[in-house]
Amino acid sequence: MRHRFGETATALLDERPDVVVVLADIGTARLAETGAAERHSTRLINVGIREQAMVAVAAGFALEGFRPIVHSYAPFLVERPFEQLKLDLGHQGVGAVLVSIGATFDASTEGRTHQSTGDVAMVSSLPGWRVHVPGHPDEVEPLLRAAVEGTGSEYIRLSAASNRKPMARRPGEVIPVRHGSTGAPVVLAVGPMLDVVLAATAARDVTVAYVATVHPLDRRAVRALASSATEIVVVEPYLAGTSAAGIAAALWDKPHRLLCVGAPAAELRRYGTREQLEADAGLDAAGIAAQLAGFLDLVQAA
Amino acid sequence: MKTSLTQRQARSSFADLPRLMRLMTGDEKHSPSAHSTLDVLQVLYERILRVDPSNPHDPNRDRFLLSKGHGPMAYYAVLAARGFISESDLASFAEHESILGNHPDRVLVPGVEISSGSLGHGMPIAVGVALGLRAAGREIPRVFCLVGDGELDEGSNHEAIAIAGRLGVGSLTVIVVDNGSSTHGWPGGIASRFTTEGWAAETVDGHDHDAFERAVRVRHTATPGVVVAEVTP
Repeated sequence: MRHRFGETATALLDERPDVVVVLADIGTARLAETGAAERHSTRLINVGIREQAMVAVAAGFALEGFRPIVHSYAPFLVERPFEQLKLDLGHQGVGAVLVSIGATFDASTEGRTHQSTGDVAMVSSLPGWRVHVPGHPDEVEPLLRAAVEGTGSEYIRLSAASNRKPMARRPGEVIPVRHGSTGAPVVLAVGPMLDVVLAATAARDVTVAYVATVHPLDRRAVRALASSATEIVVVEPYLAGTSAAGIAAALWDKPHRLLCVGAPAAELRRYGTREQLEADAGLDAAGIAAQLAGFLDLVQAA
Repeated sequence: MKTSLTQRQARSSFADLPRLMRLMTGDEKHSPSAHSTLDVLQVLYERILRVDPSNPHDPNRDRFLLSKGHGPMAYYAVLAARGFISESDLASFAEHESILGNHPDRVLVPGVEISSGSLGHGMPIAVGVALGLRAAGREIPRVFCLVGDGELDEGSNHEAIAIAGRLGVGSLTVIVVDNGSSTHGWPGGIASRFTTEGWAAETVDGHDHDAFERAVRVRHTATPGVVVAEVTP
């Protein structure tokens, strides 16, 4: 996904004189390789390791009518300059496209400093933002191009993990992947969680759907998906419960039970591979299957 | 109540600034802050800035970014004197339906380039504005940003000072209103913090209109400039 971002950002710089890319060291090597840095020296700005300035400079460009793309690791793009997202973009009434790498446990050996589980929840707390979590490298270009086409603020969260096949062709889609029987629980898989959700639910009668644009959720699509279901499960590759408000808003008048499977709010002090950390968090197929079974057992008992 | 541009211009002038300031009540705790910026704001809007209330979005206008958004009464008074807002706007200061709050909002107030209040945001944005003008090939406009010496404590300003110096943002002029409010002060003087990063710097008496005008009128080409305006606290 990171490679595809570099290619697409370069193409957008080549195609559109109003596009600027603002970086804080991270990502510069890739955009130097593509030749973008040399061809667009006034529109590809590396501010050095200054993440507050990175967002503020992008906001200044936006005030002058440019469409900024801002890129870094999730903790340094969202958490560190969060007030700049709130005030330099939102409160000024201008937008930008933020593209992060380092999703959740991607920087598995780096520890807590290089990991963000709360980024999507934080961005979702700001008015007017859209959040996209592509699940395959082929989804990056259409989502990025659509985001740049607009004028609002968009957050695209890239991951090291990928599904085998691309699904999202445009922002906002909720795509049914496997149909269960009438009334069967609905499992909504976010971005790169789709394949692992399909594996975890292979032996269950459930409806599985895929979503890459997680904020705002397409309420009409969620309602249609859950029209006959009472049990809803969201499997999200970040802080568990981030999407709960969106589901609740979509199903406000429909009695339902919701299970949110995601990363825990915890001080992580372990290393190893991404897969190992995901397993620790219950985000591998076995963990998801166990949580789903526990939920459905409780429902049955109730 | 909105007033026409003609009414605004007919009603107010820079000679009225003391009276215009008195129209706004309710933020007395920031009155010293407001008065500390009054002289430099008057000089900027009366003698320096190429801005036009009848065409506030002219792409060739100078950009003035008030980063020190606390105590904006002087700013509002000067905007009224320059014809951007009316005296009735001033009289409604901080009321429910007013366009004028205790911190300026660019979406509400004509002529205001940025919404400010939380300190340390204006200068980094100003760097982006100047880079945007450079990328657009606009060589005429200058970018001015007013910060306070206390506000310079914010680390985000030092990111901006460094990057503006490295990128040689010549259209940018920062005005530091130094009323001695920085808690720990600036050993070696405020100007040295900027010159270390390659800025051109001058320190003047912020109450001396002619001296401040001479300093701020200078446009550097390859480096950003800073004018430290020392004022009575």
